[in-house]
Amino acid sequence: MAQDNGMFRVQDLYLSFGTKRGVVQAVDHVSFAMPKGQTMVLVGESGCGKTSLGRALLRLLPRNVQSYEGSVYLNGTDLMQLSEERFRRDVRWKQAALVPQAAMNSLNPVLRIVDQVTEPLETSGSRKQWAQARQRAEEVFQLVGVPLDFLERYPFELSGGMRQRVILAMALITDPELIVLDEPTSALDLLTQANIMNVLKRIKQEKGFTFILITHDIATSSELADLAGIMYAGQLVEFSDAYSLFTEPLHPYSQKLMASVPTLKEDKTLEFLPGQPPSLLQPPEGCRFAERCPQKFAKCSQEPPAIDVKQGHQVKCWLYERGDKRDRK
Amino acid sequence: MTENNGLGPSLLRVQDLETFFTLRKWGFLRVGEVRAVDGVNFDLREGEAVSIVGESGCGKSTLAKTILGLQQPTGGSVHFGDQVLDTSDRRQMDWYRAQVGYIQQDPYGALPPFMTVRRILEEPMIINGVKSSSERWQRMEKALTELKMTPVEEFLHKFPHQLSGGQQQRVVIARAKILDPQLIVSDEPVSMLDPSVRVEILELLRLLQRDYHVAVVYITHDLSTVRYFSERIFVMYGGQLIEKGLVEEILRNAKHPYTMALLEAISDPDPENVNTFKKVPGGEPPSLANPPAGCRFHPRCPYRIDGTCDQKPPPEFTMTEQHRVSCWLYGDAS
Ligand SMILES: Nc1ncnc2c1ncn2[C@@H]1O[C@H](COP(=O)(O)OP(=O)(O)OP(=O)(O)O)[C@@H](O)[C@H]1O
Ligand SMILES: Nc1ncnc2c1ncn2[C@@H]1O[C@H](COP(=O)(O)OP(=O)(O)OP(=O)(O)O)[C@@H](O)[C@H]1O
Ligand code: SF4
Ligand SMILES: [Mg+2]
Ligand SMILES: [Mg+2]
Repeated sequence: MAQDNGMFRVQDLYLSFGTKRGVVQAVDHVSFAMPKGQTMVLVGESGCGKTSLGRALLRLLPRNVQSYEGSVYLNGTDLMQLSEERFRRDVRWKQAALVPQAAMNSLNPVLRIVDQVTEPLETSGSRKQWAQARQRAEEVFQLVGVPLDFLERYPFELSGGMRQRVILAMALITDPELIVLDEPTSALDLLTQANIMNVLKRIKQEKGFTFILITHDIATSSELADLAGIMYAGQLVEFSDAYSLFTEPLHPYSQKLMASVPTLKEDKTLEFLPGQPPSLLQPPEGCRFAERCPQKFAKCSQEPPAIDVKQGHQVKCWLYERGDKRDRK
Repeated sequence: MTENNGLGPSLLRVQDLETFFTLRKWGFLRVGEVRAVDGVNFDLREGEAVSIVGESGCGKSTLAKTILGLQQPTGGSVHFGDQVLDTSDRRQMDWYRAQVGYIQQDPYGALPPFMTVRRILEEPMIINGVKSSSERWQRMEKALTELKMTPVEEFLHKFPHQLSGGQQQRVVIARAKILDPQLIVSDEPVSMLDPSVRVEILELLRLLQRDYHVAVVYITHDLSTVRYFSERIFVMYGGQLIEKGLVEEILRNAKHPYTMALLEAISDPDPENVNTFKKVPGGEPPSLANPPAGCRFHPRCPYRIDGTCDQKPPPEFTMTEQHRVSCWLYGDAS
């Protein structure tokens, strides 16, 4: 199983935090597999665990982690088995990078842009290395569309949109295979947002990076999505190719979520979900969505498995249990 | 003034409104000003819903606060019914506060944390002289029932942190309508409201507008939600309303290059999107402390007419009675 060449595979990933009020199960046994070179979008309501999942993939964890388990296979290696030291040396930045939520505000104000962008290259003092790093910085700046003279500037001299591009350049500079982008455009004005999506789309087409795009903005996520995952209360409730999810979502939660997204071009009746997601402190037994689900039936008091409805399309819902569909009350 | 199509008596009229903030150094030295609202005109009729759409920092909240009398305008005027508002007139302001409700769409910061729902709802009534406690009770019961917060008794003694984001939002709406205002101003910040919660709020506002004939000004950065809500849209850019019109007209036949760019920039949830690039202009929104000369959009505008757009601010041109555009492409600059 470890030899999934050409695939990025996550198996039973679990991450919980210890708090005064109890254990928060932020990522609860998430599994999926995606071909490299594609883009997966991860969507869900605020607090459903998107950022936590992104951080769990890259092992960038807060201090209060209570439990962190599962497997993350990249190029056939289970990254979870690597020591912290090896992970830092061989994986972070080099094979996989994370662009954190609101990263554009975390640039160091007193360092020139060029010094920050080249940081992941871990350039030593030598002149030759430095010249190479600078050249690489120029390449990625061209890729994301930042004028080269910005390398010499300081963060406060750049607009939000430009800072976001710089952050993106920083993630690209080591040429990692996998890049996790957490809400990369949420804080930007709409036109800038569209411009950055254009950049990402072009890089994806030309350079073959594997992206995981985390966002609460479902409409915009469709700009980049080859695959899509929907998260609810710490769990991945549906995972499939983007086309199926956007045109014919199967999980009752996915259906409601999609129905709440407004459209400009076509007329549709917007729906909303009454109620609220369950607490991750003591999540209910059985299906986590049951309390709000319009289609729940007796079986939903047990936790549903992720059911394969077709190759590469999983739904965590009892409605899709084979042969059982007609039995529901 | 014919803008409202004569469909009803005018409720709110905003004329050449300006709200500038003075920028000071060391607390006293005047170094400039932020032209947050800069020459805004519009007319709202009784019971009408309009949306004001614009990006972060374009002056939406300042406009809302000026309309509500929470912010003193530095120029122009706000007319409500047959009165001209004067924020220094305490008696008029007390009266006005009962006529307008304010919904700050911030699920986490809009309610005072140490008050129960009951106190939150009762306070505006006490201030506005609803003396009979049985009447106050009736109004609270009615408001909460309408917003589906039942059993009412159970919610009245709760504190905001004991409510979900959506429930807190409903308490904010209940508070805004408890005095039966003629106008509600709802200001949605660029927070990450989940789409489902937002739809729910819009739905509630629409019911209020229909059932009680309350006029609503709905302020948002998201053009795609407003078509489900209002009859007219005003598009705001750099402190000004640059295009006004009926929703369908704006969506199908936008005239201002900024509105067109916005419509192009907004995505519908469509899997085909991965195959196409968006044609949107680059650049950044203008600084309101140092706005560009001429048309505020000209540095980003693909249709800019050099010599005109970068020098003279475009006036409002009339496309149809309902559709107005501030752009030199639709008028003669000479
Ligand atoms: N370090 C932490 N300690 C305790 N709880 C945490 C910690 N980090 C996150 N959480 C909780 O875990 C849950 C998931 O949070 P997460 O930030 O992953 O959600 P999200 O889907 O990214 O939300 P958003 O869309 O608002 O960014 C939330 O309930 C959050 O409060
Ligand atoms: N009290 C103030 N003093 C100085 N400048 C202010 C003040 N309030 C707002 N501004 C400035 O006025 C401009 C408009 O701000 P406003 O809050 O009205 O924008 P907005 O459109 O509501 O933005 P958002 O969508 O982010 O809420 C901004 O440049 C802001 O920095
Ligand atoms: S006035 Fe000129 S610069 Fe402004 S939007 Fe119209 S064409 Fe563009
Ligand atoms: Mg997050
Ligand atoms: Mg605002």
